[in-house]
Amino acid sequence: MEKIGIIGVGATKFGELWKHGLRDLLAESQLKAIEDAGISERQIDMIFTGNMCSSDFSGQSHLGSMAAEILNVNVPSIKVEAACASGSVALRQGLQAIKSGEADIVLVNGVEKMTDVQTRQATTGLMGAGDEEWEGFNGLTFCGLYAMIARAYMHKYKLTREQLAMVSVKNHKHATLNPIAHFHNEITVDQVLNSSIIADPLTLLDCSPITDGGASLILAKEEIAKKFESPIWALGSGQANDTLSLHARKSLTEIPATTHAAQRALMQAKIGIDKIDVTEVHDCFSIAEVMAIEDLGLVPRGDAGKIMEEGLTYFDGKIPVNSCGGLKACGHPIGATGIKQVWEIVKQLRGEAGKRQIHNANIGLTHNVGGTGSTVVVNVFGRERG
Amino acid sequence: MHRQSPILRWRRYPERYRLEGNKCLECSQIYFPKKELCECGCKSFVNYKLKGEGKILTFTEIKSSPEEFSEMTPYCVGIIELEDGPKITAQIADADVTCLKVGDKVESTFRKFTAVGDSGVIHYGLKFKKAKSSIN
Amino acid sequence: MIKKLNIGITGFGCYIPRFRIRTDDIAVANNQNVELIKGALLINEKTVPNKDEDAITISVEASKTALLRAGVSPKMLTAIYMGSESHPYAVKSSSAIIGEVLGVGENFMAADTEFACKAGTAALQMISGMVEGELINYGLAIGADTSQGSPGDALEYSAAAGGAALIIGKNKSEICANILYTLSRTSDTPDFWRRNKQQYPSHMGRFTGEEAYFKHVISTTEAMLNETGFKILDFDHVVLHQPNGKFPLKAAKALGASREQLKYGIVVHDIGNTYSGSSLLGLVNVLENAQPGQKILLTSYGSGSGSDCFIIETTENILEKQKIGKRLINYLSDKQYVNYNQYRQMVKMIH
Repeated sequence: MEKIGIIGVGATKFGELWKHGLRDLLAESQLKAIEDAGISERQIDMIFTGNMCSSDFSGQSHLGSMAAEILNVNVPSIKVEAACASGSVALRQGLQAIKSGEADIVLVNGVEKMTDVQTRQATTGLMGAGDEEWEGFNGLTFCGLYAMIARAYMHKYKLTREQLAMVSVKNHKHATLNPIAHFHNEITVDQVLNSSIIADPLTLLDCSPITDGGASLILAKEEIAKKFESPIWALGSGQANDTLSLHARKSLTEIPATTHAAQRALMQAKIGIDKIDVTEVHDCFSIAEVMAIEDLGLVPRGDAGKIMEEGLTYFDGKIPVNSCGGLKACGHPIGATGIKQVWEIVKQLRGEAGKRQIHNANIGLTHNVGGTGSTVVVNVFGRERG
Repeated sequence: MHRQSPILRWRRYPERYRLEGNKCLECSQIYFPKKELCECGCKSFVNYKLKGEGKILTFTEIKSSPEEFSEMTPYCVGIIELEDGPKITAQIADADVTCLKVGDKVESTFRKFTAVGDSGVIHYGLKFKKAKSSIN
Repeated sequence: MIKKLNIGITGFGCYIPRFRIRTDDIAVANNQNVELIKGALLINEKTVPNKDEDAITISVEASKTALLRAGVSPKMLTAIYMGSESHPYAVKSSSAIIGEVLGVGENFMAADTEFACKAGTAALQMISGMVEGELINYGLAIGADTSQGSPGDALEYSAAAGGAALIIGKNKSEICANILYTLSRTSDTPDFWRRNKQQYPSHMGRFTGEEAYFKHVISTTEAMLNETGFKILDFDHVVLHQPNGKFPLKAAKALGASREQLKYGIVVHDIGNTYSGSSLLGLVNVLENAQPGQKILLTSYGSGSGSDCFIIETTENILEKQKIGKRLINYLSDKQYVNYNQYRQMVKMIH
């Protein structure tokens, strides 16, 4: 089967970027990716832009047109929305456009401008990722939804509050080594436990922040990509969906869409999960990383707490997870997150990850979740075409 | 904004006020909220009023809330497994996080949710509260 | 000669919030002498509505119990009248919301009543008249309030939340208490009022006593006794509007009623003044404890002013109804105290 290569990546700084609007973020990441690939914007056949809340937070719909306008091109350009998985779903549309034969080179963006509205308004807007009519009406926030997952998980698997806090501690440590990360400060377990409660049992430092940012990738079909220097190959991509509302799930302590998406991606890549050298998972809240590494099969069910204590998921550990700092500390500009995860894998596989470089990183995996597990995309990438 | 729309909420009064779900005529599966297509493939349903009793599967206490809930904050929200089968998301009234446990029995109670400013509509609906037998 | 009615109560229910504040705590917060206040009001504690409770939510919970005891489908109700002086909307029917929540359907008459603390018994009279006149088969009358009293005012010690609901019908096999007679007296008396858009009511202090409460409660009850030929001691239970613990005792004494007759009818000591719910909560407590064939005298009072008086007699069915649903005593025992600061936070939202 024909493989697709990533020939360029770009990302803005992540953070509270008061001087940057939606258009600025999109322009910066697009142009960086084009420059990184060393192509002309005229060579791009299609553009896909992952974004969730541009209408709510900036009053701007129709991002497809904005992305094309920035590049002075008139190729098909489409906004893709799947809540926090918008970026990864946009990537999948790009892969499919090439597979279909309609496009040879595709630009995929992820972008979110979040800080132009107050935190409370952002909280309300983000609830669109859940079931607005039931979960939203009942006053739930996304932190509230994951707090309910956390309580159910802690109840079932005896995960301690301290073990949970170690997710954030690790991701903050990683972020200090990533120049684009939102935060560059290390934190302690005590700081996590003593920060203000947002939705019991989760505290402020269990939560990914409200971040502005953009990230872009250039995809090319095999015969074009192989002409570039060190392309990174998309070996497999899987998506699975589940109920919009958390209460409709059979289990509250696992996300089956993760397992299904991973199976599809790994089957395409024809490898097992044990072959993955570097993993980026969706840690919108600390508990989400705990569940992700179990649902992906990186660690046995119920063992994540112990694994955190043993420090195995640090970038220099046996199972490196979220070397970029994750959503927690690199930041979580909703639509950009899925693309930034791929950006990190590309950096790692190219050997360009600087102080956080993982040795012998040949195969990487990204895991991006929309809602409470309503949409999950898992992608597998490799230095070799496979 | 949509959350201030009385019409959007009005449409759901049967579910919101009276726990009206539906039941598949083929396999008897009960749904709340109502579904149009059963997992068994059947499209024929009959209305089914749920009893409003159940137990807490998990819960949280929201301390940082959306704007329209600010006056009610903090408040508890949980996932309730109803005796009739379906699981629903609901606020847990008259409770703080210290007095709740997974497995607590609860029953429905009609309460106010939000009021839109001083001049907007008041949104009502069912919440759940600890059943007498669960109170120490 | 007053007309004897052929109708009765087929279902009854009440609701009071779970939270309470002790009179002591309010007195201390206002730098008042605790014993003096308690001696003057005879109120130990009062109910405090949670932030998500109002007169409508209270009415719904009381009505659910009433429906359960009546044993009829909500669809059989063809009239709902809800009385309150804290209707959550100035314009939008509380009764219509209650009907929707109960699942009454759309085939019912409805309106909200207001006459200070007797809005509930006024609703009961309206429903009674409609059932007696065979305009409807079953009607629901409710009195409920989240009462207001400004901080520091004497009312702050008593203004509480609660309500009661009664289903009236004329099918003898379903009636648990016959309503035999009702009459009212009304006068324009400026003792207590609340203007539009005002958060708290105003009152004329001691004028609310002799010329207002006592005059109307006593004269209306006496008028009823005169019209019907009953003597006060003919009644097993006497229920009077109870803005505090002292007023109904004093009125009962003036009427010649004994403490024994008031045993179940006075519930204010541990609840406070629930305004439109006040005398009806006393009635529900009596119905939850009465024996068959017992006579009940009920006289409400609403400022502004007037009293509604009822003579009610329980039937054999009362015992069966008492076994169903939540009783006032269940609500009284399920309580949680709040301190003064929590209390002010909770009532801040109530209008």
